[in-house]
Amino acid sequence: MATPTPTTAPTGARFEPGLTGSRWRRLGRAAVGSAPIFLVLAGVLVWIAIRNPNFTDPPVFLAFLKRATPLMLLAAGQLFVIVAGEFDLSVGSLITAVVVVAARLIDDDPARTWPVIALLFGLGALVGLVNGLVTTRLRVPSFIATLGMLLVLEGAVLLWTGGAPRGGLPENFRRYGRFGFEGVPVIEQVPYSVVVLAVAGAGAVLLMHRTTFGRQLFAAGGNPRAAHLSGVDVPLVRTVAFVLSATMATLAGILLGGFAGVSQDAGEGYEFQAISAVVLGGAALGGGRGSMVAAMAGALTLEALFTLLNLLGLPKPLRDAVQGAIIIGAVAYAAYRLRRSR
Amino acid sequence: MIAAGATPGRAGRAWRGVAASDGAPIYGVLALVALVSWTAIIATGGQVNVTTTLIRSVALGMVAVGQTLVILGGSLDLSVAYQVSVTAVMASHVMQGDPDRMLLGVAATVAIGIGIGLANGLIITGLRVNPFITTLGTGLIMRGVLNASFDNFAGEVPREFQTLGYDGIGPIPYALLLFAGVTLVVWALLKYTRFGHHLYAVGGGEETARLSGVRSARAIVGAHVLCSLTAVLTGLFIVSRLRAGAPWVGPDGNYDLESIAAVVLGGTALAGGRGGVLGTVAGVLILALLDNVFNALEVNTFLKQVLRGVIIVAAVAAYARRARPRRARGA
Repeated sequence: MATPTPTTAPTGARFEPGLTGSRWRRLGRAAVGSAPIFLVLAGVLVWIAIRNPNFTDPPVFLAFLKRATPLMLLAAGQLFVIVAGEFDLSVGSLITAVVVVAARLIDDDPARTWPVIALLFGLGALVGLVNGLVTTRLRVPSFIATLGMLLVLEGAVLLWTGGAPRGGLPENFRRYGRFGFEGVPVIEQVPYSVVVLAVAGAGAVLLMHRTTFGRQLFAAGGNPRAAHLSGVDVPLVRTVAFVLSATMATLAGILLGGFAGVSQDAGEGYEFQAISAVVLGGAALGGGRGSMVAAMAGALTLEALFTLLNLLGLPKPLRDAVQGAIIIGAVAYAAYRLRRSR
Repeated sequence: MIAAGATPGRAGRAWRGVAASDGAPIYGVLALVALVSWTAIIATGGQVNVTTTLIRSVALGMVAVGQTLVILGGSLDLSVAYQVSVTAVMASHVMQGDPDRMLLGVAATVAIGIGIGLANGLIITGLRVNPFITTLGTGLIMRGVLNASFDNFAGEVPREFQTLGYDGIGPIPYALLLFAGVTLVVWALLKYTRFGHHLYAVGGGEETARLSGVRSARAIVGAHVLCSLTAVLTGLFIVSRLRAGAPWVGPDGNYDLESIAAVVLGGTALAGGRGGVLGTVAGVLILALLDNVFNALEVNTFLKQVLRGVIIVAAVAAYARRARPRRARGA
């Protein structure tokens, strides 16, 4: 039950504070928002650096960023859907589908890599389109629609592979998740993942906070009725959000397949981690509020926390407990601030 | 927002109230599914065993009945799967096969259940955290603590406790009586008590309910406590069948998402305020029957899952279609 906020304009007004400052300054403010997540992130990173001084070496830090890339991409995709007022629970199973389908179709043949990657993006877009159409045209709540998609994708992948993934991924597919541009001065290697993250991330920030589509997304999530009356095609905008989420999941799946290899639980748990990350970044479930940079910072914070818990030698299962406690804390804090500001 | 039989009055009117709000059509669908699946089973030379089907529905059924309560109130509970695990593990851990400790084990799990339900409800109403995040978070906390403390079956329940899972009065298993009892109690709560009417009001529109004097926080917290208690009952039933509890028994049964699926399949609106517990029971039975017929026809396990996904979405789409003409467009 999101507290209704009738006093704030629905068009993401919280992140467009007046017309002061330059254009870029305003973009910065809109994209970053005012989420306290950056302080938390900085705190966790400093703590890691104290426990492990190597962490600040560029190669080590970039390796960390590489590991965090899939979740950051997923969080970016999930934010589009959440700002529009919906959920996407199918991203984890889509990652698994991408990894397993790639391994089976490419079957260690490097020549097939690029056609199959094109096919995977087609599959991803189709999954997003179906999620969007079932939600907007058939009026199935997105929680159920994407839950159904999760069951269908998981079942279909296992059905197709007979229960165990077959085939394999050749070097020219795997390298995008594993290697990078070599011989860069000072930092030695720039992982391909990080380049993908930079490009996709910048694209997502601009799309969300600088385009008509982005504004329509905030409007559709904040107050669908008002958005509809002012000429926004709410179903279309929402459907596009699902396609964007699925596309980001496809990208994350391709990188993860390279990084972690083929397994049929490659994407397990990612849907809830992505939603957690977005919420840590201050987005409101129910729609209308959120910031792209903060959502990706939320994802980075989660990964940093996992790294920290590892360094502190805590048993692995406690990761879950910490993730659980921190998302409740973050949302409780955001709700508290919202009440005080009124 | 139709409070089922808010004015009970004559029996006929009350019954019509049930028919209107508790999704009588779903029983038509249930009858149809039963007919088709039993025909298919018999046609392929299988045997129809109603008791087995019902027993299979008990575990999911009880927790789905609880889930109905929170969903009617506009909330939801994603933590039930881990509550089932916590209950199963704690019951066998506390009892350690000793019949004298049965009562202690049950009391401990009930106390933990009430505690978890209170925590969920109070975080949602007091700290104003979205129920999705709240119960996702408490579920993760339970999962982390359970997996860090137990990595296998913990202790065991005494043979006497297994009576719950395996025995019965004559041909009727105790578990089934328990399920029927839980359903009846929750149905009566929703229909005849102030708590029930308030829950429908809160789920239909929290602000409106509060302005008309309903203490919405109480209704939500109450629903969460009751939901947790049904998860405890499911956990106790499962541990009595398995003899010992392990951390994975809840998540392996998919009780979180499946219970929500059963509730919406039974015609309760995910947004809250509309529906009822009888619909949920039909939803659970339909899922069990489908499982039966898929098994009899030797449908591939994975294809079964695909079909399940499609059926759940299709059912909800059908409800949305029926509800459409009465609603304004554009929302």
